[in-house]
Amino acid sequence: MSDLLIELFSEEIPARMQARARADLQALITNGLVEAGLTYASVGAFSTPRRLTLSIEGLSGESRPVREERKGPSASAPAAAIEGFLRATGLTLDQLERRADKKGETLYAVIEKPGRAAPAIIAEVLEATIRNFPWPKSMRWGNGSLKWVRPLHAILCILSGDNGTEIVPLTLDGIEASNTTAGHRFLAPARFAVTSFDDYATKLKRAKVVLDSAEREAAIWQGAQNLAFAAGMEIVPDDKLLTEVAGLVEWPVPLMGRIGDAFLSLPPEVLQTSMREHQKFFSVKNPKTGRIEGFVTVANTDPVDHGATILAGNQKVLSARLSDAKFFWENDLRVAKSGMTEWLDGLKSVTFHNKLGSQSDRIARIAALAREIAPLVGADPDLAEQAARLAKADLRSAMVGEFPELQGLMGMYYAREAGLPEPVALAARDHYSPLGPTDTVPTEPVSVAVALADKIDTLTGFWAIDEKPTGSKDPFALRRAALGVIRLVLGGKVRTDLAPLVLLALTRNTIAVGESHGAPTGFSEQTLNDLVGSLTTRANALFSAVREHYQYFRDEISEQIRATIEDPSSRTSDLLTFFHDRLKVFLKDQGIRHDVIDACLAMPGNDDLTLLVKRAEALAAFLKTEDGPNLLAGFKRANTILTQAETKDGVEYSFGADIKFAETDEERALFAALDAAEATITPAMKSEDFATAMEAMAKLRAPIDAFFTAVQVNSDNEIIRRNRLNLLHRIRTICSGVADLTKLEG
Amino acid sequence: MAEASKAPQSFQEIILRLQNYWAAQGCAVLQPYDMEVGAGTFHPATTLRSLGSKPWAAAYVQPSRRPTDGRYGENPNRLQHYYQYQVIIKPSPPDLQDLYLGSLAAIGIDASLHDIRFVEDDWESPTLGAWGLGWEVWCDGMEVSQFTYFQQVGGHDCRPVSGELTYGLERLAMYVLGVDHVMDMPFNDPRSPIPLTYGDIFRQTEEEYSRHNFDGAETAQLLRHFEDAEAECQRLLEFPPLDPKTGKTIIMAHPAYDQTIKASHLFNLLDARGVISVTERQAYIGRVRALAKKCADAFRLTEAGRDAEVTP
Repeated sequence: MSDLLIELFSEEIPARMQARARADLQALITNGLVEAGLTYASVGAFSTPRRLTLSIEGLSGESRPVREERKGPSASAPAAAIEGFLRATGLTLDQLERRADKKGETLYAVIEKPGRAAPAIIAEVLEATIRNFPWPKSMRWGNGSLKWVRPLHAILCILSGDNGTEIVPLTLDGIEASNTTAGHRFLAPARFAVTSFDDYATKLKRAKVVLDSAEREAAIWQGAQNLAFAAGMEIVPDDKLLTEVAGLVEWPVPLMGRIGDAFLSLPPEVLQTSMREHQKFFSVKNPKTGRIEGFVTVANTDPVDHGATILAGNQKVLSARLSDAKFFWENDLRVAKSGMTEWLDGLKSVTFHNKLGSQSDRIARIAALAREIAPLVGADPDLAEQAARLAKADLRSAMVGEFPELQGLMGMYYAREAGLPEPVALAARDHYSPLGPTDTVPTEPVSVAVALADKIDTLTGFWAIDEKPTGSKDPFALRRAALGVIRLVLGGKVRTDLAPLVLLALTRNTIAVGESHGAPTGFSEQTLNDLVGSLTTRANALFSAVREHYQYFRDEISEQIRATIEDPSSRTSDLLTFFHDRLKVFLKDQGIRHDVIDACLAMPGNDDLTLLVKRAEALAAFLKTEDGPNLLAGFKRANTILTQAETKDGVEYSFGADIKFAETDEERALFAALDAAEATITPAMKSEDFATAMEAMAKLRAPIDAFFTAVQVNSDNEIIRRNRLNLLHRIRTICSGVADLTKLEG
Repeated sequence: MAEASKAPQSFQEIILRLQNYWAAQGCAVLQPYDMEVGAGTFHPATTLRSLGSKPWAAAYVQPSRRPTDGRYGENPNRLQHYYQYQVIIKPSPPDLQDLYLGSLAAIGIDASLHDIRFVEDDWESPTLGAWGLGWEVWCDGMEVSQFTYFQQVGGHDCRPVSGELTYGLERLAMYVLGVDHVMDMPFNDPRSPIPLTYGDIFRQTEEEYSRHNFDGAETAQLLRHFEDAEAECQRLLEFPPLDPKTGKTIIMAHPAYDQTIKASHLFNLLDARGVISVTERQAYIGRVRALAKKCADAFRLTEAGRDAEVTP
């Protein structure tokens, strides 16, 4: 047994790639060694900006010998067959064994692979690992052909055991493996030899290199906390930044500085973003004022003046950066306070998609849709429309130009500074949400209206031009948009049929597609606003008007418009199916089986997602009770018998069963139970009280079971048989009113 | 170097120290290219010479123009005309990082006092059809240089790889000299009989060119010039290699490349005039790239750009 230490020493490895590289190095080397027949006890991988290190303990000294036996053809087989076997095994005829069996003699190839010494295996595995390392981007340098993330300078590869330490012989593109490494670039650049992992880590620390990134992270965090605490301040936690900074330094030395007073009035997110993105500074908050007032930078050196020069330099750079930010903020405020018209005009020249018009066109569609959605979510229509018109204005602000990740948030600040109503400001911030499955869902009604309109417009737009996600390709993040709609609807318990909203938005996007093709539109906002009636009525009316209009220009419109106007339902139902698919994924994560969802999807009104989920939740809960699966079995039995009879007889047994033909108590009991269930279920379903309906349905379990135990449905008496089939039909009708139970498994 | 221990006193002293330092490292110290370029990389000593297998080492100052960055001389560090210091060595030597750090020491940046960091930055020039990997070098949180290992130029793989260093001279000098506004920076030694600041020399030209770039330049004419340069570049490359007058093979790769540089600068001017839309932008960049690629193809056929004979 011995211990293996590998260090790949290079020029600075990008911080963001280090964690993945550690894992890859560990997996590639250990898998390679194990495949070659070595075993090991434990392994650890480490990285600094200049090195990737792997330490393997308890590695076996050589691989186990392997004896491989292959059965070949009969000794009397044709020459060609024997030759083929020789080629496949790489042996000669006299090296084969002959073994007697029932058929005579059979040839066997016995290949013995002796165990190999670890160093040879290590050298092979390491070379293959370096040559095939999965860096996200790699490069060549100098005259070489080797590829690495940045130039690779040295390889340390030693095996240490009871007999001392040996260098694993390996030379790769002129780099010869050794037992030496170097310390910190500036503080201890000399090379030194090491004998084991412990020796390596200890000497590195003496040479101002902390090998373990977790240890560097802890040191940075602790050091930063101490600095802040001593000044009565606190560090704003930022794990991503901490990991990144730990990947930029070998010897972290945190230094704290203050932000100039002139910049303290900037929004805290602007300060934080500018400091994090440009300077990789941590933000320091004053708990008394609640403001960001300072920063912590992490130097990669221990300077002779304790950091005074470094801090002064960083402070200067920060001031220049924040001067820019302040300039942007002040200019933006001027535009915001004058009504944002400059930005809104600017959005006319920003293309959203060349088939769907400009951002400005899109905002007009969203505003119109937000108005429609507003009453459904309890928002004021005027406010929702105003919010939608302004929500994306900040895309043209200088600050968002500089920091795109502040989109929406800046919109909120600018709306507030412009004195706009608070719901308008919040909608600017929140209308992009939810962005992912864990992102917060807005609850303020105006925000919900604009967020829904934004996403439905995006989806119907790309559906109108047939740019749907395929496989793993979803360049316009349409799956995320659909999930966003689902979470907004469910989160706000919004009760609406999606179909008319989708048709309305699809129609408006179809107009946009027409305009982008230069097809005559003939519509004015006037026409659209003149529409009256329910949402469904207006959506249909607008669609009919568009269809009628484009009929005149059949030859001038694109294939996509033709497809939409000729068969709008194929587009809308396709999109609704897309919503349903996303919903299935979403509910599956919440523990609701896909067949339960299918059973509910088969019911009418399935574009009302809140209703759909309410039904699915009740059904899932019902199936978890003891009665659930049993009732399901009874229902299925009844349904099967009934379906077979209906197929055979060619009639539907929906005439209503008559209790006077009942022969047994069990039959009569079932009549009574069905009457009772129906009396509860019908009103419960009307009030969408699925739980009560299913509870009533559960009570049918015992009478149905008893009925099937005691009664033979296919009686010789045809009247009695038909009556019983009609009775089964009642079971089917009552149960099917709740969900399509035939879709359920089990 | 005794001189290096003393802090430099002026902008020109920093340039002179860099010139001396890289001359001492064996670079040919070239002079600026005599055309308007957006960055030192456009100098044929970098773009064209990074192609082919012949060793190369050059250093030079390159005046660079970015018309959109004009601020009428008012911004403390934005200029439409500024200087880059450029070093290009092929093949990239194994100690290039150390050589680079030596150059910082030569201009008075002491690694025991400052925090010098190599931060990931992948370089790409869509107009030159070029990319490389490397870093931006930070000194106390400020970017002072770009450090790139060229992987591809003009669509050709770089074999061997060149190492390229680009110093933004004004920014670097302002930091070393402790100046807050570029126009206040001493250009020559402040103790000279006639001390001159950067502003004495460039404030007026920054004003004039800012006005020119944003309002003065006539766009229809620029557009015509762009088309002319594009056509001329292609025309020059269509000549048969054999020159009938001398009987030699003479491919006009450099004159054609001059037209590429011209087209690129004209595009930058058009961009500053705000007449190029977002969608058109990509198309223009693509047109310049197509020229750069053709020039690179042509240069690879010339004596300087050809791969050296492999000596057994």
